[in-house]
Amino acid sequence: MKFGVPKEVFEGEARVALTPESAKQLQKLGYDCAVETGAGVLAGFSDKDYAEAGVEVIKTAAALWKDCDIVAKVRQPSETEMKRLKSGQTLISFFNPGANEAGMEMAKSKGANVIAMEMVPRISRAQKMDALSSMANIAGYRAVIEASNNFGRFFTGQITAAGKVPPAKVLVVGAGVAGLAAIGTSTSLGAITYAFDVRPEVAEQVESMGAQFVYLDFEEEQQDGAATGGYASVSSPEFREAQLAKFRELAPEVDIVITTALIPNREAPELWTEDMVAAMKPGSVIVDLAAEKGGNCKLTKMDEKIVTENGVTIIGYTDFPSRMAAQASTLYSTNIRHMMTDLTPEKDGQIVHNMEDDVIRGATVTYAGEITFPPPPPKIKAIAAKPKEAAKVLTAEEKRAAETAAFKAQTKQQVTLMAIGAVLLLGVGLVAPASFMQHFIVFVLSVFIGFQVIWNVSHSLHTPLMAVTNAISSIIILGALMQIGSGSWLVIVLGALSVFMAGINIFGGFMVTRRMLAMFQKS
Amino acid sequence: MEYGFTTAAYVVAAVLFILSLGGLSGQESAKRAVWYGIVGMALAVFATLIGPGSGLWLLSLVLIAGGGIIGWMVATKVEMTEMPQLVAAMHSLVGLAAVFVGFNAHFEASNVAGLDAAARDGLDGFAALLAHKTLVELNILKVELFLGIFIGAVTFTGSIVAFGKLAGKLNSKATKLPGGHMLNAAAAAISVLSLIWYFNTGGFLPLAIMTLMALFIGYHLIMGIGGADMPVVVSMLNSYSGWAAAAIGFSLGNDLLIVVGALVGSSGAILSYIMCKAMNRSFVSVILGGFGGTTGPAMEVEGEQIAIDADGVATALNEADSVIIVPGYGMAVAQAQAAVSELTNKLRSKGKNVRFAIHPVAGRLPGHMNVLLAEAKVPYDIVMEMDEINEDFPDTDVVIVIGSNDIVNPAAQEDPNSPIAGMPVLEVWKAKQVFVSKRGQGTGYSGIENPLFYKENTRMFYGDAKDSMNALLPKLD
Repeated sequence: MKFGVPKEVFEGEARVALTPESAKQLQKLGYDCAVETGAGVLAGFSDKDYAEAGVEVIKTAAALWKDCDIVAKVRQPSETEMKRLKSGQTLISFFNPGANEAGMEMAKSKGANVIAMEMVPRISRAQKMDALSSMANIAGYRAVIEASNNFGRFFTGQITAAGKVPPAKVLVVGAGVAGLAAIGTSTSLGAITYAFDVRPEVAEQVESMGAQFVYLDFEEEQQDGAATGGYASVSSPEFREAQLAKFRELAPEVDIVITTALIPNREAPELWTEDMVAAMKPGSVIVDLAAEKGGNCKLTKMDEKIVTENGVTIIGYTDFPSRMAAQASTLYSTNIRHMMTDLTPEKDGQIVHNMEDDVIRGATVTYAGEITFPPPPPKIKAIAAKPKEAAKVLTAEEKRAAETAAFKAQTKQQVTLMAIGAVLLLGVGLVAPASFMQHFIVFVLSVFIGFQVIWNVSHSLHTPLMAVTNAISSIIILGALMQIGSGSWLVIVLGALSVFMAGINIFGGFMVTRRMLAMFQKS
Repeated sequence: MEYGFTTAAYVVAAVLFILSLGGLSGQESAKRAVWYGIVGMALAVFATLIGPGSGLWLLSLVLIAGGGIIGWMVATKVEMTEMPQLVAAMHSLVGLAAVFVGFNAHFEASNVAGLDAAARDGLDGFAALLAHKTLVELNILKVELFLGIFIGAVTFTGSIVAFGKLAGKLNSKATKLPGGHMLNAAAAAISVLSLIWYFNTGGFLPLAIMTLMALFIGYHLIMGIGGADMPVVVSMLNSYSGWAAAAIGFSLGNDLLIVVGALVGSSGAILSYIMCKAMNRSFVSVILGGFGGTTGPAMEVEGEQIAIDADGVATALNEADSVIIVPGYGMAVAQAQAAVSELTNKLRSKGKNVRFAIHPVAGRLPGHMNVLLAEAKVPYDIVMEMDEINEDFPDTDVVIVIGSNDIVNPAAQEDPNSPIAGMPVLEVWKAKQVFVSKRGQGTGYSGIENPLFYKENTRMFYGDAKDSMNALLPKLD
């Protein structure tokens, strides 16, 4: 089957869904690859690069759409592109199915199968095709870079001959993939980084990236992020108030604010209010990664950079990944390639659209002339971080009581055992002759000594212990030696065999024990 | 020589044996303790040779020397990874010897019974002892004999099967003949009937029948126990060989045999108990073989096993401050201990805190891993027991799991339906990063899926453990 990638038609979009590198991998899966002329130019991949990787370069988009069985794109397809779909064709792209009724209807009427990359479920197995995450990662990184571009100072604190430079303070709101990427970039540039998220369980991740988590003085069970597939959910009004109060407190201090708070299928929540912007120092920068969904700051203008009256720069770009087209294309094409790998279980260049597979089912929005969006909930919930149950701390008295109880139980057990043992012994003594009792007492005492001694043997010496007990259990040789001298030839033969075998055991057992023990060395 | 000297020598020997076992509480004192054992044994044999009842001196000494040479050669040549087989093989010898000695005692007893009073007075040694027994004593003797032979026979075939399984000559999977434990029960029942028969007639036939039954029980019982339960089986057989010796000691009226048999028997019993505890299984369930039925469907494992190459592992190791290595049977199979030791030295020379975590049932013999690591010159003070180190995993940067599976399986704690639920395990998944060196994607002996391999902080380092470790070495700077 033929896998084709057209040039992106969206204004300013520089990414491309196929790189020469990923084309080679796709060819290994058995696909023929094709790109439209100039598809990768803006991302730094020339037609020549593609041709060298064995990719067919097709002159026009129309010819490519007509020729290929599978078409992969980055941006949601335009109306013209949708018209080019044909029956049985598979389209893999960002599709925004939640707000693209018309697109789905069109795909359905054309009989094309559409896989929406943003619908890939958030489960561990599907991470390799999670394009949202890989794009968010770039956006987070780029947000810090854009901020520093518009920020007139160093990020890192320095003491130089020309005076002291304080470090920049960065606040990252929302510690999702983009937020964590922003935290990482910001701390590695040397800024003091704070981060906030409504999901308290991410505090650990934030701290592991070197930022400080901003805790709220707020007593409420936050909904577990795991219940919503790892995304944040809407918070209560009280919680929101506490959160805004904290931000208000921080606003005069911080130099750079990066907001990444998004709730799936909703307008972005307002987290950075106008009075906070007013409270910020001149020269501060806000990067609003939620600009596409209305912004976490209401002053944000989508796709624009504005400067407020008090000199705060607000950046509302939505094309951060496209601004790093080469990197973004590499990651996105890898996500696409992984999706193709899952779609091609036999590696024979034939798509098997397995609607039983959680990942493929979840991402498919139209299939065989049917709209299959929204998908049923995945069978397995994402990352289930169970709330920890605090271990009950015992008070000193309770501990003492427990210890006394344990001691008493132990005493009781020992006394019972001894009593049973004594009764048994007496019972045997009543019926057995004295000569037997002599031996029996020796036996019982030996077992007792054995138990006492063996409990003290260190765990690491258990193998030598077995070897040594093995050697001394050949004490059976005594029996054989006593018999060998008297009796018939049969007794002698059996006795001789026993002596021989025990001899092997004695020497072998002790020798091997010595060998082992000699090996144990202290450092 | 007089009877008194022999007894005195026996007392000294018994004390020496006790000291020899007691000395195993520490690595340094253990080296001295072996000598106690050797001297004790030499003394016991010497005292018996010159004591009453023995004869054919030359033959005895030649046989001991002959056996000794073979034992010596085997012991010097054996690889440390083959220790479990060796121990099992030696148990079988003790078992067989016990059977023979038991038979002999029976022959002697029937000989003596056939003699008249005058002839009895002319006897010496063991026969003389028999001759002076009363009827009750003779009856007790029969029971003791019977028990000794029974346990010895079970130990003999059981150890041979265990040897076959450990040496890879038999399939280590649990296999049973049709009829399962009913066969064992039937064989045991026949043995009990034989005992009654023997008790009443004193003939050799019931004894022979019982021996055959016992041989079958030993074979079938151990065939039904799988490879990973071998630590329990070997210590159990160890225990049996001791009880067999003690039972024979009773019938021969030899206190030293009783003492040593009891020591060995209780030692093996304690080891079995420790091993069972470490697997959270009752002794009976191990003996009955195989894992018990699960109580419900196992938890579904979500995610995928992510592979990593030597470069990735080396980078993580270079950055880590604390490393814990968890070896298992796979390390023994791949003979990777020397490479692991070299890796340890290299990491330690860079000031990293490297330690080993040993699960009680790692390997096929109690303490198997300790011996292997000691052979590879890993200092024993960085080799920790499970209880000592389990709490340290959350503070550890890198854990390397080499060839172990069930003992690091989080399902034991997380999934109440898992067949190993409740078994104490090494909590490696709490560390920041876990590398699992493993040959392929298969499950462990128990056939249980291991969720550890799917955890987000776990990376699978596929390949032969030895090759993997050797590939790592040059990459550490």
